[in-house]
Amino acid sequence: MMWEILEKAAKENGLVTAFAVVGLVMLVSGVISRKMTCGRVQGSAIAILIGLALAYVGGKISGGSKGLADLALFSGVGLMGGNMLRDFAIVATAFEVHAEEAKKAGWIGAIALLLGTVLPFIVGVAVAWAFGYRDAVSMTTIGAGAITYIVGPVTGGAIGATSDVMALSIATGVIKAILVMVSTPVAAKFLRLKTPRSAMVFGGLAGTVSGVSAGLAATDRKLVPYGALVATFHTGLGCLMGPSVLFFIVRALV
Amino acid sequence: MIIYGTALLAVCHLLGVIIGDLLGRALGMQTNVGGVGIAMLILIFVRIYLHKSGRLSAISESGVHYWGAIYIPVVVAMAMQQNVVAALKGGPVALIAAVGSVVLCGLFVSFINRMEPETEAGEDGK
Repeated sequence: MMWEILEKAAKENGLVTAFAVVGLVMLVSGVISRKMTCGRVQGSAIAILIGLALAYVGGKISGGSKGLADLALFSGVGLMGGNMLRDFAIVATAFEVHAEEAKKAGWIGAIALLLGTVLPFIVGVAVAWAFGYRDAVSMTTIGAGAITYIVGPVTGGAIGATSDVMALSIATGVIKAILVMVSTPVAAKFLRLKTPRSAMVFGGLAGTVSGVSAGLAATDRKLVPYGALVATFHTGLGCLMGPSVLFFIVRALV
Repeated sequence: MIIYGTALLAVCHLLGVIIGDLLGRALGMQTNVGGVGIAMLILIFVRIYLHKSGRLSAISESGVHYWGAIYIPVVVAMAMQQNVVAALKGGPVALIAAVGSVVLCGLFVSFINRMEPETEAGEDGK
């Protein structure tokens, strides 16, 4: 009886439930950060890890592809963390951008962007080749997945890849995004992530808006807009180069 | 009014997405090219313009700041809906390709950022 009312309330107020759930996760993460790591690991980094763990649990229970959001009780999480609100919030962070800083690093951001597209592609193609994928279409699709998980299927779709290669390509991109989210705060010192310029270089090279934005959020919130500014061009550039230039090069080499 | 800020943000967002779509169309693609980045640039310029003419009140500004601040919780919600199960099932090809590209790109980030002059590194964001 009580459970039924609770469930109905959560389902009919999806987004509101999501605010409460995420707030609770942030609260717990903050406590873990202070009490268990003495503030060494940022609360937001822990919150993202908990989020990923919940996504795994949700995916296991529902068998769907959208983690916790596939459970009716938490469907609002899908709206809150969906592309619309994510992009809206990213754009809002631009309000804190210092135009001078962004302009100073414009060209190095562009170079990082290009490197961030070509380097992962080469790694992806090489790994695909090493595992016995010798046709240009499969190699290109897996390589494109190493750029971002959106570039992978867009490229694969354009050049006619098989669905298992597509799945592999998406998996590569998702693992990459998760790795960037989790490892950025840990590697922040090594990456020299301190200035707007360094965040723009990072945004270009690491790609994947979700990985970059979450990784920087867990490192230093002030750097988020600079990294995101560059990273948002990453998927566009990848989708542009994947089915064209990069595919032609691979085809010529095979 | 606080809604002015949020509405300004919304208009910039929509403009960016539309321009990004047009750009994608022009380049012969189905996807949006840098729409969010373009929206960010528009917002940066609009803010500079409004600041100069002094037409942006602190209350209107808070209508944008709220969304900028809600950003991290939104990212946590995004993490909650990643396809982690599929990612773990991808096997060695996906894992090695992903780890390889992250490590390689990380080395480049570190390398490029080490070339940054020290004077800039000391600057505070505010």
